[in-house]
Amino acid sequence: MTVSAPSGANAADVSAVGTILRGPTIGERIREWSPAVILFFGALASWELVVRVFRIKQFILPSPVAIGVAWWTYLPELASAARYTFIEVIGGLAIGVTAGLLAGALTARYVAVREAALPFAIAANSIPIIAFAPIFNIWFGLDTQFSKMMIAAVLVFFPVMINTVRGLLSAPAPALELMRSFAASERDIFLRVRMPSAVPYIFTALRISATLATIGAIIGEYFGAPKVSLGQYIVTYTSYLNFERSWGAIIFASAIGMGLYVVVVLVERIVAPWAADRSTAPT
Amino acid sequence: MTDATTSTPSPGMTGSPVVSLVGVSKVFPPTSPGSRPVDALTEIDLTIQPGEFVSLIGPSGCGKSTLLRVIGDLTPVTGGMVMVNGKSASEARRGREYGMVFQAPVLFDWRSVLENVELPLQITGRPARERAGRAREMLDLVELGEFTNHRPWQLSGGMQQRVAIARALALDPDLLLMDEPFGALDEMTRERMNLELLRIWERTGTTVVFVTHSIPEAVFLSTRVVVMSARPGRITEIVDVDLPRRRDVDTRELERYFELVTHVRTALRRGESASTSGTARVRAEGLSG
Repeated sequence: MTVSAPSGANAADVSAVGTILRGPTIGERIREWSPAVILFFGALASWELVVRVFRIKQFILPSPVAIGVAWWTYLPELASAARYTFIEVIGGLAIGVTAGLLAGALTARYVAVREAALPFAIAANSIPIIAFAPIFNIWFGLDTQFSKMMIAAVLVFFPVMINTVRGLLSAPAPALELMRSFAASERDIFLRVRMPSAVPYIFTALRISATLATIGAIIGEYFGAPKVSLGQYIVTYTSYLNFERSWGAIIFASAIGMGLYVVVVLVERIVAPWAADRSTAPT
Repeated sequence: MTDATTSTPSPGMTGSPVVSLVGVSKVFPPTSPGSRPVDALTEIDLTIQPGEFVSLIGPSGCGKSTLLRVIGDLTPVTGGMVMVNGKSASEARRGREYGMVFQAPVLFDWRSVLENVELPLQITGRPARERAGRAREMLDLVELGEFTNHRPWQLSGGMQQRVAIARALALDPDLLLMDEPFGALDEMTRERMNLELLRIWERTGTTVVFVTHSIPEAVFLSTRVVVMSARPGRITEIVDVDLPRRRDVDTRELERYFELVTHVRTALRRGESASTSGTARVRAEGLSG
């Protein structure tokens, strides 16, 4: 039963809730995850099989084993390229998320700002900002990490800003009336109702942002970056038709995107356990 | 405050009224161009004495919830005077002299049950230790003392509404405003909650204004039932409930209880026909039995 749901949910008896909170046992976890794990390795195996049986050329689709071997062989240079790109992603996230949160808070707080800025933000959110990547490289330096950070930051900014506004304005009318009945100050309303209401919205934006920032940094590198970056690594070895090494870099790029996503999910469980808990609760 | 064992309702009581409404009206502006303004309340006069339990009942659109919100200074009036505890409604709200319970429990999921009850105490800046003590006391009052560390969504609808009541009482207000608090509950839970509420009312001596659309609930709980009708929203009759003040499950078996239920139902029906035919208000009198 959230603040927003007036349904008077007959939320079961409390002992039943206790078993839900206890979490799954190891056996349950294995059973829960095994289909996904089987699918993953099954797909890899059939990939390998298809490449071998149909003798697919290495430069069209290398086999998983070939990619694995290349990945292991070139691990040191791949790792330093990944480190270079990772810094861009993190920097972009830091700049974009901070700016998005601030802009969102201002927009939610002041009606005038909201009416002026929000339509533009929503419009900007639907244009392919990634198309600006080459221009950003010119503006902020072709060979710098900073220009890729800025691409990532701009990609991240709009979803974070819009979700922050939505979240801050999501507090339901009865909750605000309740605060009014207690003669609560604006500050109390913001800190005790609006901010907590916004947290799940903001985490939704952060999950999207983890992926967007990774995409932004790598695309930015496609248009100009030192060799020791995942984007240039992919571009270079693709042009040499040395696809295993490109795929090795793609593995790292995927790991950055997925890793950040997982981090966001874990942080959300700590910061906003109510939002995570409720998704597993009976309704 | 009032002695819980007093068997007569309170109109004879002296002292300044908790709520006093004189000629209150509320007109909502047209919602769309071309539509007419809505007379939500017209010429409402009502005085509520300390310790009373007053129910507002009427068809939907009669303004009973608006009237409650007017008392709580959640909706401004367009005419007349609203006094709470001898002050303007706005002063009373700012002085936190009433507690409000809505139809939805309006609990915050990011707070435990205890922290939800602590909310008003936090807003008024009470020290942490005092807050927790008081909140525990209130949860004991609504018999949820064992659920302090639960999250709101782990509780049933009836339990959630009890938390909301505990929160409304945390600042020890003179007045409890309740807007169809049990409307979303099933019949069995509702009857249990009615008994709970009466027990709390006896224990605290708080004056209660209670909006409902259930006739049996209004009669069972109240010392007075205010019957309203719609278009325009107005009071058509005020029924004194002369049942013994101490109510229990047997009260619902009393002949007088059934008479009063019939009386309120008749008054509601009269109000309805009066507002449709446009005739003057009808004084309901002369019950059989």
